[in-house]
Amino acid sequence: MPDIKGRISKLETFGLVDGPGVRFVAFTQGCRMRCKFCHNPETWKPDGEAEEWSAQDLFNRAYRYRNYWGKNGGITVSGGEPLVQVDFVAELFRLAKEKGVHTTLDTAGNPFTTEEPFYSSFCKLMEYTDLVMLDLKHMDAEAHRALTGRDNGNILEMARWLSDHGKPMWIRRVLVPGISDDPAELKRCREFIDSLKTVERVEILPYHTLATAKWEQLGIPYPLDGVPTPTAEQVKAAEDILCRD
Amino acid sequence: MKLKDIPHYEQWNGFEGRIWKEEVNVRDFIQKNYKNYDGDESFLAGPTAATDKLWGALQKLQKEERAKGGVLDCETEVVSTLTSYGPGYIDESMKDLEKVVGLQTDKPLKRAFMPFGGIKMAVQAAENYGYTVNPELKRIFTEYTTTHNDAVFAAYTPEMRLARKTHIVTGLPDTYGRGRIVGDYRRVALYGIDYLIAAKQEDLLNCGCGNMYDDVIRQRQEISMQIKALNEMKQMAQAYGYDISQPAKNAHEACQWLYFGYLAAVKTQNGAAMSVGRISTFLDIYFTRDLENGVLTEEQAQEIIDHMVMKFRMVKFARIPSYNELFSGDPTWATLEVGGTGLDGRSMVTKTDFRFLHTLENMGPSPEPNLTVLYSPRLNESFKRYAAKVSVATSSIQYENDDVMKPVWGDDYSICCCVSATQTGKEIQFFGARANLGKALLYAFNGGFDEKHRIQCGPKTEPITSEYADFDEVMQKYDFWLDWIADIYVNVLNLIHYMHDKYYYEAAEMALIDTDVRRTFATGIAGFSHVIDSLSAIKYAKVKILRDAEGITTGFEVEGDFPKYGNDDDRADEIGVWLLKTFVEKVRRRHTYRNSTATTSILTITSNVVYGEATGAMPNGRPAWPPFSPGASPSYGAEQNGLLASLNSVAKIPYHWSLDGISNTQTINPDALGHSEEERVTNLVQVMDGYFSQGAHHLNVNVFGVEKLLDAQAHPEKEEYANFTIRVSGYAVKFIDLTKKQQDDVIARTCHKTL
Repeated sequence: MPDIKGRISKLETFGLVDGPGVRFVAFTQGCRMRCKFCHNPETWKPDGEAEEWSAQDLFNRAYRYRNYWGKNGGITVSGGEPLVQVDFVAELFRLAKEKGVHTTLDTAGNPFTTEEPFYSSFCKLMEYTDLVMLDLKHMDAEAHRALTGRDNGNILEMARWLSDHGKPMWIRRVLVPGISDDPAELKRCREFIDSLKTVERVEILPYHTLATAKWEQLGIPYPLDGVPTPTAEQVKAAEDILCRD
Repeated sequence: MKLKDIPHYEQWNGFEGRIWKEEVNVRDFIQKNYKNYDGDESFLAGPTAATDKLWGALQKLQKEERAKGGVLDCETEVVSTLTSYGPGYIDESMKDLEKVVGLQTDKPLKRAFMPFGGIKMAVQAAENYGYTVNPELKRIFTEYTTTHNDAVFAAYTPEMRLARKTHIVTGLPDTYGRGRIVGDYRRVALYGIDYLIAAKQEDLLNCGCGNMYDDVIRQRQEISMQIKALNEMKQMAQAYGYDISQPAKNAHEACQWLYFGYLAAVKTQNGAAMSVGRISTFLDIYFTRDLENGVLTEEQAQEIIDHMVMKFRMVKFARIPSYNELFSGDPTWATLEVGGTGLDGRSMVTKTDFRFLHTLENMGPSPEPNLTVLYSPRLNESFKRYAAKVSVATSSIQYENDDVMKPVWGDDYSICCCVSATQTGKEIQFFGARANLGKALLYAFNGGFDEKHRIQCGPKTEPITSEYADFDEVMQKYDFWLDWIADIYVNVLNLIHYMHDKYYYEAAEMALIDTDVRRTFATGIAGFSHVIDSLSAIKYAKVKILRDAEGITTGFEVEGDFPKYGNDDDRADEIGVWLLKTFVEKVRRRHTYRNSTATTSILTITSNVVYGEATGAMPNGRPAWPPFSPGASPSYGAEQNGLLASLNSVAKIPYHWSLDGISNTQTINPDALGHSEEERVTNLVQVMDGYFSQGAHHLNVNVFGVEKLLDAQAHPEKEEYANFTIRVSGYAVKFIDLTKKQQDDVIARTCHKTL
């Protein structure tokens, strides 16, 4: 599908926390989750402010930065939710792999389903994806819905699918005190991770309040108002459970 | 006539090669003798007890200096010459600990009285800090002699005075020494003074064939002055108990001899830049010989380097307030290079290159010497990583691309100012100021009427009168004003350098440079990014012109989007390339003093604040009077796609059209650079590899968050900020030594971090 256009909210040429090494990061527009801690709420609406890019143009743009990538850098597509534009990302990554560029998909997994037409597109995307960074925001279905507005069943299913298909994964967890830092739940999350065969890294992302201005700008009430950022000790405690080798 | 014997000194035992013995040729000596080091930093030694003690004493003095408003002590009775002072030490009671000795005056951090550049300035500088120069000295230098400054102003045309007043040309070296001349101080160590005198005497014999044209007369006088200076250098060293008539016999002497050469320069000249030059590979040959002979340990080697660097950290000049506004933070540009590669492809990195970088760890961060890594992606990984590690920890290092400079300047060039290269001992620069191309664009709109001073500056031309700016009309009128500014700028500099040669000649530095010297004529550009964005706005959006009752522009309203420099957008970046090429060609077309070669730079130092203050609102929507972005850095807030897009924009500017340098300053938040030191180092090396492999020239690397700057501004008294060093355009400063305005400017600049 070479003509397909992607809707891109923002480009970052110097991404250092979005996969291995120095990365070109494209943030796609549109996400169905409504995570209370979201730091890119401007990317929620599929028709929000965004630039249209063809996959070829966006790849050409990214490829200008190949000199900075060294041995391990490359392209990351984040969001928004990249899987909302699965066909576009697949085409972008196909072009990247033609040039031997490392590709990372940073996803929360919400659109995942084994039903068509999504599933074929997803399988195609996975052909060209080197690494998936998958957020497991909460193990408890009810709590997950409360935190993100969506179920987590298909997200866990996607994790298993990736494991079964030998796709390398980094699992990430945003740590919100009192909401997603319960030791018992973290333990269950770790048990789930242990059941997966292809997890290379587990990361805790401490919740931060740097994005509250964006919420304000968009006129959306900030649901975590007053929730503190986790202390170094809280982060350490969660890491001890979730990230142990 | 008889054939000359090849001289031999026992101090040269163990050194290879022949040509450098027959003639003054330090490069040949280096290439025949240096040994590259491709290991890591694990061999390095920490500070000795003596280093800690001396550095402690010096830090105490620096603290007192700051407490006294920036100047610890100031000479009012003695004119600074090579021999006007006896010996001076950091602390008389610890003088035996000092491995490398020599002060500019008789006391540490005491500023010398240097009237030859201008008596008014010398007096004003002292008064500014509460000192009164002996009236008799003032009288002598006013009534009986002519200083550089007097001579320049006597010859200025009315139009030149106007251009100076409106600041369309700013920073002219008519009130201070021009600097940017790097003596080949290594010659003192390798040859000793007597050899150098003999060589200059031979040059004097061969100068001209008896017909006294003015250039012959001038050169004969200059050589004589150089010989006099060489003799006085011996006397100066003698005061410290050293005889430098003969070559240095070991590493300790080599450092001391070399430093005496440099000391001679800073005792006689208060140039805006007094660079040390490329000395590390040279000195390493001596250290290696001593270490191999078992007469020196690594601790001792490091101690000598530390003590030498301590001296470079102490160089001071008495400055006037307007100078400090231009070049804030008391910089001297004691620029010193490490790294680089040879013409034969060998890395020139030695253990001594590591040792110089290590001074930033042994004695903490420091703005001086202005440590510069001559970078190539092909340098040893271990050296690149060590430099990056020290950068992340101290923000005190700048990087310059050896791969673009080497084809132009060879493999023995020095950085003579902040970022500009000259061949060591073979070239000098006639430097001066910058042309404000942003203001020139406003002159195109207003027909040469100055928007700030409300006076006509230059010829009156037809102003632009339309409601919306028309790209073709603007370009046509701008071309006239670019021509005008190039013309007046070159001519002002011609005049200044004529007078500087005549009344404030750098005899000590020139004595350590080939008589048959090549000269470059280094012009500069200010307002680069703002002109690009303005022209882009006019071309790609609609720009409405707002005017006051007199018809002079007061502001511009931009309707619609336009590409901005700093986003790797070719539409904007190509305007930058056009602007540079157009300007440099206009400069090159003109006669430049002493047949010098004209070059230009995109480099503003901290003067971006002053240039901005002098410049009204611009067509890209920039309001009137805030600071310009420094050097070739993109405008504040223009960068939308992160650091690498910004770097790519700057990397597109061809170095060969801007041989005097293209300065780029970037600040990266440590958290955004990586999670661990290991990651930060790896990422920083990758950034530099990527940037320089595209032909970019220069990068200042700062690694800190804006929170730290705000805290340092609010609490300058905190111990942790005493030496908190940041890179600004082309040099480093202690943040707390900047003026409030400049601190605010640094804080306001884009700090690259990702959420």
